[in-house]
Amino acid sequence: MKQIPASLLTLTAGILVTLISLWVGQNHGLLPEQASTDAPLVDGLFDLMVTIGTALFIVVQGAIIIFLVMFRRRPGDTGDGEPIEGNLPLEAFWTAIPAIIVIGLGVYSVNVFQEMGGLSPGSHPMLGHQHPSAVVAQNMDQNTPVAGDTMPLMAQAPNGGDDYEPEYGFGASPGSNRMRADVVVNVTGMQFAWIFTYPDSGIVSGELHIPEGKTVQLNLTAQDVIHSFWVPQFRLKQDALPGVESGLRFVASKVGQYPVVCAELCGSYHGGMRTQIMVHTPEDYDSWVTTNRPATAAVAQPPVAVSTASMSDPEYLQPYAAEMGVTSQALAQLQPS
Amino acid sequence: MQGSTVPTDTTITTAAHTEVAHHEEHPDLRVWGLLTFLASESLMFGGFFVAYLLLRGIASQWPPEGTEVELLVPTVNTIILVSSSFVIHLGDVAIKKDDVAGFRKWYIITAIMGAVFLLGQVYEYMTLGYGLATNIFSNCFYLMTGFHGLHVFVGLLLILGVLWRSRRPDHYNSHKHVGIEMAEIYWHFVDIIWIVLFSLLYILTQF
Amino acid sequence: MTQAQVPLDTSLVADHGSPHKAWKWYDYFTFNVDHKVIGIQYLVTSFIFYLIGGLMAVAMRTELATPDPDFIDPSLYNAFLTNHGTIMIFLWIVPAAIGGFGNYLVPLMIGARDMAFPKLNAIAYWLNPPAGLLILGSFFFGGSQTGWTAYPPLSEVTANTAQSMWILAIVLVGTSSILGAVNFLVTILKMRVPSMALNDMPLFCWAMLATSALALFSTPVLAAGLTLLLFDINFGTSFFKPDAGGNVIIYQHLFWFYSHPAVYLMILPIFGIMSEVIPVHARKPIFGYKAIAYSSLAICVVGLFVWVHHMFTSGTPPWMRLFFTISTLIVAVPTGVKIFSWVATLWGGKIRLTSAMLFSVGLLSMFVFGGISGVTMGAAPFDVHVHDTYYVVAHFHYVLFGGSVFGIYAGIYHWFPKITGRFLNEPLGVVHFVMTFIGTNLTFLPMHTLGLQGMPRRVAMYDPQFEFINQICTFGAYVLAASVIPFTVNIIWSWMKGKKAGDNPWNALTLEWTTSSPPIIENWEVLPVLEHGPYDYGMDKAHRSPVSAKVEDSPIS
Ligand code: HEA
Ligand code: HEA
Ligand code: CUA
Ligand SMILES: [Cu+2]
Repeated sequence: MKQIPASLLTLTAGILVTLISLWVGQNHGLLPEQASTDAPLVDGLFDLMVTIGTALFIVVQGAIIIFLVMFRRRPGDTGDGEPIEGNLPLEAFWTAIPAIIVIGLGVYSVNVFQEMGGLSPGSHPMLGHQHPSAVVAQNMDQNTPVAGDTMPLMAQAPNGGDDYEPEYGFGASPGSNRMRADVVVNVTGMQFAWIFTYPDSGIVSGELHIPEGKTVQLNLTAQDVIHSFWVPQFRLKQDALPGVESGLRFVASKVGQYPVVCAELCGSYHGGMRTQIMVHTPEDYDSWVTTNRPATAAVAQPPVAVSTASMSDPEYLQPYAAEMGVTSQALAQLQPS
Repeated sequence: MQGSTVPTDTTITTAAHTEVAHHEEHPDLRVWGLLTFLASESLMFGGFFVAYLLLRGIASQWPPEGTEVELLVPTVNTIILVSSSFVIHLGDVAIKKDDVAGFRKWYIITAIMGAVFLLGQVYEYMTLGYGLATNIFSNCFYLMTGFHGLHVFVGLLLILGVLWRSRRPDHYNSHKHVGIEMAEIYWHFVDIIWIVLFSLLYILTQF
Repeated sequence: MTQAQVPLDTSLVADHGSPHKAWKWYDYFTFNVDHKVIGIQYLVTSFIFYLIGGLMAVAMRTELATPDPDFIDPSLYNAFLTNHGTIMIFLWIVPAAIGGFGNYLVPLMIGARDMAFPKLNAIAYWLNPPAGLLILGSFFFGGSQTGWTAYPPLSEVTANTAQSMWILAIVLVGTSSILGAVNFLVTILKMRVPSMALNDMPLFCWAMLATSALALFSTPVLAAGLTLLLFDINFGTSFFKPDAGGNVIIYQHLFWFYSHPAVYLMILPIFGIMSEVIPVHARKPIFGYKAIAYSSLAICVVGLFVWVHHMFTSGTPPWMRLFFTISTLIVAVPTGVKIFSWVATLWGGKIRLTSAMLFSVGLLSMFVFGGISGVTMGAAPFDVHVHDTYYVVAHFHYVLFGGSVFGIYAGIYHWFPKITGRFLNEPLGVVHFVMTFIGTNLTFLPMHTLGLQGMPRRVAMYDPQFEFINQICTFGAYVLAASVIPFTVNIIWSWMKGKKAGDNPWNALTLEWTTSSPPIIENWEVLPVLEHGPYDYGMDKAHRSPVSAKVEDSPIS
C-alpha cells in the first residue's frame, strides 16, 4: 500500500465506481416493460439517476467504511484526533459538485417533461376557466353529500373544440400537431371501479381498449372521491379529481394487456380498484369498436344500465368482483358506509 | 416566569479566570414570546386568506347571486376597531408616565370599543340573511370573521385582566408594565388582521 | 455550595416547594415545569406510542404477507395505516426529537437553568397525552381511514366521528409544537450564558433554532387547513366539496405546505444529534461548524418552497411541476454539505465504535440512501410513475426509520448516562444495532422494487406476483419488532442497575457534561463559563484555557 501513490489509488477507485455505477444504471432491471412512447423517456431519466445515485452512495458509504477502519481507536490510545476544523476548498468542492448534478438533473427533467407533453395541458383554458360540468355541479343543491351519486354517471367530459385539452395532466408532445387525438375516451373513477366512455362511438366499458400507435386522449373525472389512473407499463399517472378536469394524452407502443391501477387511497377497497387496458392493433381495435357499438350490441354495458344509487356497495360491486381480484366473501364484509 | 433562569451576581471560580455573570436586568422575555407566537398566528390567518382567494379565483361569480355583502355596520365597526388601537396606545403612554388613572381610563375605553365591535358583529350575523352553510362565500365569511371575532374576544379578556390586576396599588408603574404592553401588542395584531380581513371580505367583493 | 446560595426565581421555587436536588419518581407524572422532567416525559410517552404505532405496522405487514385481505378487514387496515403514520410522525418522532431531546438538552447546552417559559413548556407537553387518547379512542368509531394525509372528499365521507377526533388530535399536537417553538426560539436567542455567542453554540442548538422557526411558520397553516376540513365534516360548509363550489386541491396545498416542512422538523433535530455524537466519539472537532449551522437554515428556507412535489399527479399546472422539481432538487445541496462534513469529521479521528456511534454511522448510510431516492422523486416526470407506490413508502422509511429513529437511538445511547447517571449496556446495544440495521434493510429495501414494478401503496390486497417480495418485507418487520426487545430490556435494566457513569463519561466538551449526572434541579450550583468551544478536541495548546478532557480508556469496550 505504501508504494502505490494515493493519486493512482484514487484514480483506480474512481474508474471502478464509474464502471459499477454505469453497469447498475443500465442493468438494474427494476422497471416493468415499456408499453408507451413516454416510457423510454422516463426510463432514461431513471437510469441516469440510478447511475448517479449509485456512484454517490458508493463514494459516501465507501468513505465511511474506510474511515471507520483506518481511524479506529487503537487499544490504549487515549488521545484526541487531529484538530481539523474545516477546509474551504474541499467544502466549496462538495457544495459545487451536487449543485452541478442537480442542475443537470433539473434540465434533463424539464426536457423529458416537455417531450412527454407535460407543458401543454392547460395551455388553452385559463385559470378559473369554467367547464360545463363544473357549472352544472355548482347549481346543484349544495346539501347533497359529496359521495352521493350526484354527478351524471357519464358526465360527458366537455369537448370544447378539436384541440380541447384538460387543464391538468399530460397533453400533446411538442412534435405532434395539436390536433384532436385519434381516440378520445372519457374516464370516470368511482368507488371502486373505472368507467370508460367513448364519445365517438357511444361505447361504455369497464375495460379500456385502445389502438397501438395512435394518439389517445383520456379525459379524467371522478364521481365521488379522488382516484388516480395509473398504468405502470406506460409510466403515466394522473389523479381523477371530482370537480376538476384532468387528462392524459399518450401513444401506446406495444400490443398487449396491462393493468390499470387506482393509485390514490379512495376507501376500503382501494386496493381492489383494478381493471385492464387492452392495446390492440388498429385493425383489431376497429373490429372491437364495431362489435361493441351500442347500435350493434343489443344491450348497453352493465355499469350504466342500472341505477347504482339504490344499490349497496357489495351489490354494486358484485359483477366486478372477479375483475377486482376480490372474493365475494370479501365483498360481503363490506359495510355500507 | 421569565426571571427564573440566569441569576444575577453569580461569580464563577471553576477555572483560571473568574468572570462575573451579567449584571443587567434580565430582559423580559414575555414580549418576545408573544411576538413569536403572533408571527405564527398570522400564518394561520394567512392560510385562511389564501384558501379564500383561491376559492374566489375559481368561482364564476363572487359572492354568489343573492348574497349581499352589507357595508354600513362593518364600516362603522372598522372605524371603531381601528381607532381603538390609538386609544389603547394612549393608555400605554400614560402608564409610562406613572399615570395609573390615565392608563385605566384609556384601557376601559378600549374595552368598551372592543365590546361594541363584537356586538356589531353579532348584530351583523343576525341580520345578514345567510348562514354559515348557505354557500361557499358565506362559509368563508363566517369562518374568517368568526375566527377573528374569537381573537377580539381574547384581546378583550386580556385587557380586562390587566385592568383587574391594576387594582392592586403599584402593580403597574413606569418600570413595570409588561402585561399592559402585551395586551396592547395583541390588540394591534387583532386590528391589523381585521384590516386585511375587511379588505378581502368587504372591499374586494364590491368589484 | 448549596442550592440556596444560588438566587432563584421565587415563582419557580414556589412550584416545587423547598429547593431540593432531585425529583422523586412521582414528580414525573405531574404537571412539572422543570425542562429535564418534561424532556423525559416526552421521551417516555413518545416511546410508548412508538410501540403502539409499531404494533399497527406489524399488523399491517401480517396482512400483506398474502395478497388477499384475509387477516384484517380492509377498513381496519386503512385505520391502522392512517394511525400508524399519524402516531409515528406526530406522537413519536416529533415529540421525541423536538420535545424530548430539545427540552432536555437545550437549556443544559446553553447554560440556562430552564426554558424561557417553563409553565408554557409543561402545558405544551400535556397537550400530547389527550391527543394520543383521541387517536386511540377514534378506533371505537372505526378509526380515521384516509391516510395521514386525510385528503377530502374521502375524509369527509368516511367515519366522520373518528375523522373529527383525528383532526382534533392533530390540532392539539400542532398547538403543542407551536408553543414549543416559541419557547425554543426565545430560549436559544435570549438565554445563553453571557459568554456564549451564537457561533459558540453546540450545533444541536442551531438545529433546534432552525426547527423551531420552521415549525412556527408552517404548523399554523396545517391548523387552518384542518379547521376548514373540520367545518366541512361537521358544520355543513363546503370548502372542499366540488359540487357546492369548493375545491379539493386547496386542501392539498394547505396540508403539504405544513407537511413537507414537517419532514424537516423530524430530521433537523436528528442532524443536530449527529453533530454532537460524531465529534465526541470520533475525538475530532466537527468539520465545518458554520457550514453545518447555516445549512440548517438553508434547508428551512428552501424547504418551505418544495411542497408541491407531493402533488405532481394531482391538479397541478405545468409551471408548478417544473418550479417544484427544481426547488426540490436544490434541497440536496445543503443536506449534502452536512453529510460530507460528518464524514470528514471521521477522517483522522480516534473513532470509538460505541453503540451511539454505531447508530450514527448507520444513520449516515441509511439516510444517504433515502435522500437519494428522494431526489429521484423530485424529478416530476419520474415521480409521475412512482407517486403513491411502495417506492415512496420505501423512501420515507429510509429517511424516517433509517434517519430519525436511528438518530433518536444514537441520542439515547449518548445521553443516557447524563440523564440517569448510568451507562446502557454496550453488548446489548450492539445486538440492538445489528438487529435494527438488518431489519430496516430487509423491510424497506425490497419496497423500492414493489413500487417500481407496479404496487400502489395503501392497499390491503395486491397482485399475486408481488407476494414473495412482500413476504421478505413482512419478515423484516418481525425482525424490527424483535429488535425493540433488547433495547427496552437494556433501558429498564440499566436505569436501575447499570454501571455508574460519572459526570462526563465520554469526555465531551459541551456544557451539559459540566454538571452532575443526572443534573440537579436548576442544572448547576453556579452557572458555567465557557472556556473552550463545544468541539475543541485535540486543541489543548490553543488560545483557550486548558481542556480538561483527555480521553482515558473508554469506560466500556
Ligand atoms: C425525515 C423525513 C424526510 C426527509 C428528510 C425527506 C427528504 C427528502 N424527500 Fe421525502 N418524504 C418523506 C419524508 C422525508 N423526506 C415522507 C414522510 C414522504 C411521504 C409522505 C406521504 O405521501 O405520506 C416523503 C415523500 C417525498 C416525495 C413525494 C413522493 C410522492 O408521493 O410522489 C418527494 C418528491 O420529491 C420527496 C423528496 C425528498 C427529497 C428531495 C428529500 C431531500 O431532503 C433529501 C436530501 C438528501 C440527500 C440527497 C442525501 C445526502 C446528500 C448527498 C450525499 C449529496 C449529493 C446528492 C445529490 C447530488 C443527489 N419525498
Ligand atoms: C417515523 C415514522 C415511521 C416509523 C418508525 C415506521 C415504522 C414502520 N413502518 Fe411505517 N409509515 C409511516 C411512518 C413510519 N413507519 C408513515 C408516515 C406511513 C404512511 C401512512 C399513510 O400512508 O398514511 C407509513 C406507512 C407504512 C406502510 C405502508 C402501508 C400502506 O401504504 O399500505 C408500511 C407497510 O409495510 C409500514 C411499515 C412499517 C414497519 C414494518 C415499521 C417498523 O419499523 C415498525 C417496527 C415495529 C415495532 C417497533 C413494534 C414493536 C412492538 C412490540 C415488540 C410489541 C410491544 C408492544 C407493546 C407493549 C404495546 N409503514
Ligand atoms: Cu380509486 Cu383508489
Ligand atoms: Cu416533501
